[in-house]
Amino acid sequence: MTGVPLSWYLILSALLFALGVAGFLFRRNIITVFMSIELMLNAVNLSFVAFSYQLKQVNGHIFTFFVMVVAAAEAAVGLAIILTVFKNRETLNVDEVNSLKN
Amino acid sequence: MPASLWPSWAEMLRFLPEIILTVAGTLIMMLEPVLGSRSRRGLGQFALAGLSAALAAAVVADGSPGPAFSNMLVVDGFATFFRVLVLAVGILTVCSSYPYLNREGASSGEYWALLLFSITGQCVMASANELIMVFIGIEISSISSYVLAGYLRDDKRANEAALKYFLLGSFATAFLLYGIALVYGAAKSTNLAVVRAAVEKGEAPLLLVGIAAALMFVGFAFKVSGAPFQMWAPDVYQGAPAPVSAFLSAGPKAAAFAVFLRVFMTAFQGVSDRWAPVVWISALLSMSIGNFAALRQSNLKRMLAYSSIAHAGYVLVAMAARSQSGSAAVMFYLAAYALMNMGAFAVVAHVAGKGERYVEIQDLAGLAQRQPLTAAALAVFLLSLIGVPLTGGFFGKFYIFKAALESRLIWLAVLGLLNSAVAAYYYLRILVVMYMEEPGEVTNGLGPLPLGLKAALAMPVVGLLVLGIFPSGLLDYAVKSAKFW
Amino acid sequence: MLDTIFFYLFALLVVGGGILTITRSSAVHSAICLIGSLVGVAGLYLLLHAEFLFAVQIVLYIGGIMVLFLFVIMLVNLDEAARERQFNGQWWLALACVVVVGLQIAWFMRKGAGAFKLAPAAAAAASAAKGNTEAIADALFSEYLLPFEIASVLLLVAVVGSVVMAKKRI
Repeated sequence: MTGVPLSWYLILSALLFALGVAGFLFRRNIITVFMSIELMLNAVNLSFVAFSYQLKQVNGHIFTFFVMVVAAAEAAVGLAIILTVFKNRETLNVDEVNSLKN
Repeated sequence: MPASLWPSWAEMLRFLPEIILTVAGTLIMMLEPVLGSRSRRGLGQFALAGLSAALAAAVVADGSPGPAFSNMLVVDGFATFFRVLVLAVGILTVCSSYPYLNREGASSGEYWALLLFSITGQCVMASANELIMVFIGIEISSISSYVLAGYLRDDKRANEAALKYFLLGSFATAFLLYGIALVYGAAKSTNLAVVRAAVEKGEAPLLLVGIAAALMFVGFAFKVSGAPFQMWAPDVYQGAPAPVSAFLSAGPKAAAFAVFLRVFMTAFQGVSDRWAPVVWISALLSMSIGNFAALRQSNLKRMLAYSSIAHAGYVLVAMAARSQSGSAAVMFYLAAYALMNMGAFAVVAHVAGKGERYVEIQDLAGLAQRQPLTAAALAVFLLSLIGVPLTGGFFGKFYIFKAALESRLIWLAVLGLLNSAVAAYYYLRILVVMYMEEPGEVTNGLGPLPLGLKAALAMPVVGLLVLGIFPSGLLDYAVKSAKFW
Repeated sequence: MLDTIFFYLFALLVVGGGILTITRSSAVHSAICLIGSLVGVAGLYLLLHAEFLFAVQIVLYIGGIMVLFLFVIMLVNLDEAARERQFNGQWWLALACVVVVGLQIAWFMRKGAGAFKLAPAAAAAASAAKGNTEAIADALFSEYLLPFEIASVLLLVAVVGSVVMAKKRI
């Protein structure tokens, strides 16, 4: 393992995070918006593991592990919320879920 | 490897409030199917008992300060202050939720369990000494709050509130995590003390620390609804059930400010000249956006939501002072704010009626003639929100602007005071409607105040008056415990 | 040399999958592309000697979370949604964010190459002495015992929360 410097991993991670942010901001389908958040979390995990490798520690691995646990919990609750929204409105378009007054 | 995995009793004691809350929450869910439908109504009282026990445990734990569980947690004055604050918020929430849920016919064990778990998360946040605990605490608190916001899931407004809260909350968490990852890379650790040492000695690359601080600022600003990341607050507070809105604006917000303050005053202390301007701008934006938007609202809950953004702005003013007195002012203000906002939302929950049909400001017309005591309580809360002397809100604002002036933030203090003047207008408008107008259909049909709501109104009134007349006790404690190492 | 090739391969998978996830109009396609991206991330974990996380990524993320996503997508039947306009009017905001992160990347490019040299041989030696999973277990049950325990509260919250949202009547 000599060829790839750490900064490449960090750049890849930043790129993935940017993709997630972009997806979150300009998609209209709620499920795709949620999937963009998963992209962002994976970008974070990649950074953690890359730093952990460089520092020769496992602390970053453990952090990543907890991020995955939280992602699973968020997915369970989030998808349940999305299902109730769909049940009551028959739409999954972010712009249409907007009855509260501006 | 450590000799024993079993933690010492002192460590257990420092973690006792969280243990009690978790056990109480789990017991509630185990008891619910066993109990008959009559005794199920006692689950709320059980939650109240659990919260009171945890409150006592938090006070006892303060007697043996120190770190616990390999420096994951630290119990100090600061942690105890916020633990007691969120537990008190929890008690008030139970008091106001109890009659509310009965009225909506939606009482269930899960509500109380989720409430207790959410407060567990906030206690963890208050005492976290390591970014992983900050993260897990925030998530426990947030995930249960998402569900609480959408608890009345047949109500479209509650659905929408839960969805928006969830999506934007997760988005903010991702930013926070990315910041933590960069902190880890820069400082080789996520322990706050180690990070602080690395930043001050200049071992951590300044660029990475700066980006990390910026990303974590975004995450925290979302959680405390500070501008420019405040847009979720009005929709969520308007759509969620009124007692839950009250809880969200006091508990999770206070805990988020606690970690915000702790992280930025310890880990990023070394680069504080860099983040101070950002907090300065955010404070000004939050105050202005919150107050000017609140002026135009006719919906009470939405108005209180905008006002809560403005109040987050005042707290950020004290944070921008970056001093011990500034941190103490943050603590004092959050305590006073929790009381007055919880109280105001409790009145809204009472007046709104079944299904929350009456939440317009005009619906309060003539409340003073029909229920003078309720109106008087609301008047105290509103005067405190304005910052009138003899109420806790006055000293809260006073200490904030004093801290700002001591740190030579003269412009920010002046703009903050102007903002308070603007805010006085929309709070006074409610007072006028309540006292000057003839009773309308809503106030005439208003039922008597249930016992739970009486408690949820009386306790904040007493608390605010005590804070307004004898502020020195709480302030001295805050100043003493606002030292970060 | 082989590592570099694999890095490019996985990086391509990650970025390609990510781009497709946020641009495909059908939610099912998006989810499949996201799975591709997650597989790429798992591969990178392997390159970084994080074997345990590699396994967790496959089992928990792809096997658990993404299958849950697919279930929900099938359940709510998004054929209707796929025909609608897919993007909202905030493209300028998205663009601004991409530019900001792009600047950050540029910084990393300039600064990063010098600042972060991977120490080559030592890492391999460290992970050879003790397996990755063993090292994680040691840390998890000593230093990180409290987060590990408190995470169970988080999972309990998730279970209770989903039940509240899904059960027939409150």
